[in-house]
Amino acid sequence: MIVIKAQDLTFTYSGSKKPAIENLNLEVKEGEFIVITGPSGCGKTTFARCLNALIPSFYRGEMKGFILVLGMDISKSTTSQLSKYVGFVFQNPENQLFSLSVERDVAFGPENLGLPREEVRRRVEWAMKVTGITHLRHAAPYELSGGQQQRVAIASILAMKPKIIVLDEPTSFLDPLSAHQIIETVSNLRSEMEITIILIEHRLDLASRYADRVIIMDRGRIILEGPPSKVYGEDAEAIGVGIPKISLLFNLLKREGYDLGCTPVTLEEATQAIRRRIMDDRS
Amino acid sequence: MIEVKGLYFSYDGNEVLHNINITIHDGEFIAIMGENGAGKTTLIKHFNGLLKPSKGEVLIDGVSTREATVASLSRKVGLVFQNPDHQLFSETVFQEVAFSMRNYGYPEETIRRRVNFILETLDLRSYAETSPFMLSGGERKRVALASILVSDPKHIVLDEPTIGQDHQQKEKLKNFIVQMNTQGRTVIIVTHDVEFVVECRPKVILLSKGSILAEGSYDEILSDEDLVRRASLVPPQIGLLMSSLRDLGFNPATLDVYQAKSAIEKRLLSNVSKTL
Repeated sequence: MIVIKAQDLTFTYSGSKKPAIENLNLEVKEGEFIVITGPSGCGKTTFARCLNALIPSFYRGEMKGFILVLGMDISKSTTSQLSKYVGFVFQNPENQLFSLSVERDVAFGPENLGLPREEVRRRVEWAMKVTGITHLRHAAPYELSGGQQQRVAIASILAMKPKIIVLDEPTSFLDPLSAHQIIETVSNLRSEMEITIILIEHRLDLASRYADRVIIMDRGRIILEGPPSKVYGEDAEAIGVGIPKISLLFNLLKREGYDLGCTPVTLEEATQAIRRRIMDDRS
Repeated sequence: MIEVKGLYFSYDGNEVLHNINITIHDGEFIAIMGENGAGKTTLIKHFNGLLKPSKGEVLIDGVSTREATVASLSRKVGLVFQNPDHQLFSETVFQEVAFSMRNYGYPEETIRRRVNFILETLDLRSYAETSPFMLSGGERKRVALASILVSDPKHIVLDEPTIGQDHQQKEKLKNFIVQMNTQGRTVIIVTHDVEFVVECRPKVILLSKGSILAEGSYDEILSDEDLVRRASLVPPQIGLLMSSLRDLGFNPATLDVYQAKSAIEKRLLSNVSKTL
């Protein structure tokens, strides 16, 4: 099932001459894990804002083409309609948390949907469990570490049982170990439920191993897209995208005439490819 | 010179820094690394006197921060915060960046030249008349940086400078930081970004739970997998790769991608010459 379909989507913010996104064509299947990356100002956040109709109903401007999110045309939908199905997690969890306890924060969304008490309770328990914060239920969000806060933000989105989760640089403020755990938690959600994940990220080393597809944007357009191993082998470097160092290593070797037959995304792939080549040469 | 001697710091009865001893010489390049909540930001706030030690002392060029005002210290030590919104307040980027120099009473012409130079360097020239609050997070971060660097402090302290910066901006930032350091300024960065540290090659101070866990050259520290994980960091990818190929004679302290490339190339060449 296609959950997002953009066709010739162009959006220009009012007061701006240049479109922020231009002739964007994209289809996303249910359950896909997609990483969107590209230089600042490439249009990735603008695209994300279309997914819950913040564009065009909150950010004004001129839209051409169309985008359907779960079959709904965003130009005819409101953010409150879409927010039942599309959850957002931002860079700074502090901006998203406001209750006095973790449990209350996670319950806020489903309560707002007008769900029965029992259902709210079930969802809150489940969301806290899959994000690993059950033991923090009575803590105040502001007492928690950045990594824990980001888990609370994700749990409160999950409790709405969205079809799509959009994460806009969710790990920027976290130490690498917490960042790694957050990405892993998000990735595990796919086996828990058929959720579609759109992750906007500069740091490709953490997310690449989980991604089905990487989309590289530049100046409002999609420049490259495909499985990470394919995208990192092509012109991603030339556009100025910071591909993972192990992928870069293999590209550099290839340029010197040592084609090791792949562009690795994981450490295991890289180790095996080098090992194989050294052993082959020996025999 | 920045000297930290037996520094303890507590607030609300919690001791967050325990017996920190560091000497940073003029012109050194230091990265302070460690997990969220390790005390990194608390430590650097002592460098310009924003915080005063509960016990012990911090000396900036021989003067104790207890005996100096933040205003006089901040002419020597420029501190750029992690969150730019904690320091931006002017109506335009130009005014924001010009603020400290106006405060120090420089002539307007000097200010204009200096501000334009720094805006140019940090890719902000086209935003001179824009409100800082209209800019993206990454751009606001560079405005905050510009507003400190404009008055050319001798010691520069940057809290998480790479957050929110894309790859190209990070490259520029790296070149700029390294250039400031080679011009003789002391540069201290607080960062989680192990790959950035590998490219900048500073000396690393690893902080964990308010104490110094280790101190040494970047390759010495970051190739020690156990140590790195204890500080909630993830070792550099290339280091992990080299480490898992250790049995083939690769050096786990090779962290740089270009060095790794040369090592693998050399290895493949020697294989070929053996078979010939």
